[in-house]
Amino acid sequence: MKEKKYQGIVERHKPSEEKGKFALIAFLVGGLVGMLGEGLICFYVKVLSISRSDASTYMIVTLIFIASLLTALGVFDNLVKKAKCGLIIPITGFAHSMTSAAIDYKKEGPIYGIGSNIFKLAGSVILYGIVSSWVFGMIRYGIEVLK
Amino acid sequence: MILRFKNVYVKEAATVAGPYESKGPLSNYFDKKYRKDLYCGEKSFEQAEVKLLEDSLKLVLKKTNLKEDNIDLVIAGDLLNQITSSCYSSLKMNSPFLGIYSACATSVEGILLASSLIEGGFAKNVIAATSSHNMSSEKQFRNPTEYGAPKPKTATFTATGGASILLSDEPSKVKVSEGVIGTMVDYNQKDPLNMGAAMAGAAAHTLAEYFKESKYKPADFDLILTGDLGRYGKEILKDFMKEEYKITLGSNYNDCGTILYDLDRQKEVMAGGSGPVCSALVAYSKVLNSLNKGEYKRVLLVATGALFSPTFVYQKKPILSIAHLVCLEAI
Repeated sequence: MKEKKYQGIVERHKPSEEKGKFALIAFLVGGLVGMLGEGLICFYVKVLSISRSDASTYMIVTLIFIASLLTALGVFDNLVKKAKCGLIIPITGFAHSMTSAAIDYKKEGPIYGIGSNIFKLAGSVILYGIVSSWVFGMIRYGIEVLK
Repeated sequence: MILRFKNVYVKEAATVAGPYESKGPLSNYFDKKYRKDLYCGEKSFEQAEVKLLEDSLKLVLKKTNLKEDNIDLVIAGDLLNQITSSCYSSLKMNSPFLGIYSACATSVEGILLASSLIEGGFAKNVIAATSSHNMSSEKQFRNPTEYGAPKPKTATFTATGGASILLSDEPSKVKVSEGVIGTMVDYNQKDPLNMGAAMAGAAAHTLAEYFKESKYKPADFDLILTGDLGRYGKEILKDFMKEEYKITLGSNYNDCGTILYDLDRQKEVMAGGSGPVCSALVAYSKVLNSLNKGEYKRVLLVATGALFSPTFVYQKKPILSIAHLVCLEAI
């Protein structure tokens, strides 16, 4: 009873988050990152005269580099505050999670610090990325077989 | 149960603040400020926290012209695992040492223990100290410090600083008159990004215990301060006190988490300050100053602490909380 009353008061004083606004910002920023990626691919294809699939690898490396550099400069977390998840969902967020962990655990040395903590956040992304790619691969295989 | 002290006085206190706190409204009251450097000239954030607490210990001695030998005991606690900041910073004091932990309620736990030992005649001069560092606790409790994860409005911001208070049996202008050792409560709160909601229940419990026995009413105090409930936790406490205990907290009630920063200007602190040093930085600077000057006659400080760990949160256990109370009076 007391607990229920307390929970009621807690709910009453819970500020509403502007979820719609944040989702829109994230959608737009995420889209811009995608556009930047596409631009980079076109740029590499044209300037380096390489295939589109090679160029997309170069693009990913470039975005990872930019995100890691901005994290190291201490800028990226402030950008995320403004851009919400628009910078966290693309590959930039993955790079950011690894670089930020590496910076944090530098003081504990290369093994017990950086080595064992760099995937602190990114580990989940890798694990479930692989699991879901396996699931979707199986679905695709199933469809191919049925054809 | 109310602890009543007859013979315990506040001799002096020292506060050392980090960059965010130095930009806040209490800036002029702190004894030492690290305005720009979150590392405080040290190699890591953890070592910076040690430095902050060490500075406050040194300063409290300097302000009273006492030497390490004059201190019978140092009681200290902080947020880091194995309360390492407290241990490393107290080493140079070369005094008997007690390490304590009740999260953000550590400041008052220290005062109550120190006062009991002085009242009992076991010690003359005791320092109660505490510290926290925004980045070291972020690293321990949440994400890597440079990781920018959007946070909800209810999130609080761990204060950076070190604070020490020297209590003595020698009469001074401010007296530690009463105290209540808190009882743990569990209101089944599970959101570590809404600490105000997790801790307001404990503050209500302790305040109700106190007013049940005390000769004073809430209106008899110049100031009733809770530790670090923040903007929303403060409102939860007011409503819960009224609805559950029929006690009204008026305009003399405030929360240290909302005083330490300018919430409208310093947007990064979200709902307000938190951490063991939050209540200490407010109480040992401006509030103690006002008591010393006689502007305040009687102040109630209720430090609130959330007793949990990331492990227990991930295992879906509720966040427990506790609140310790101390009454400071100007003589």
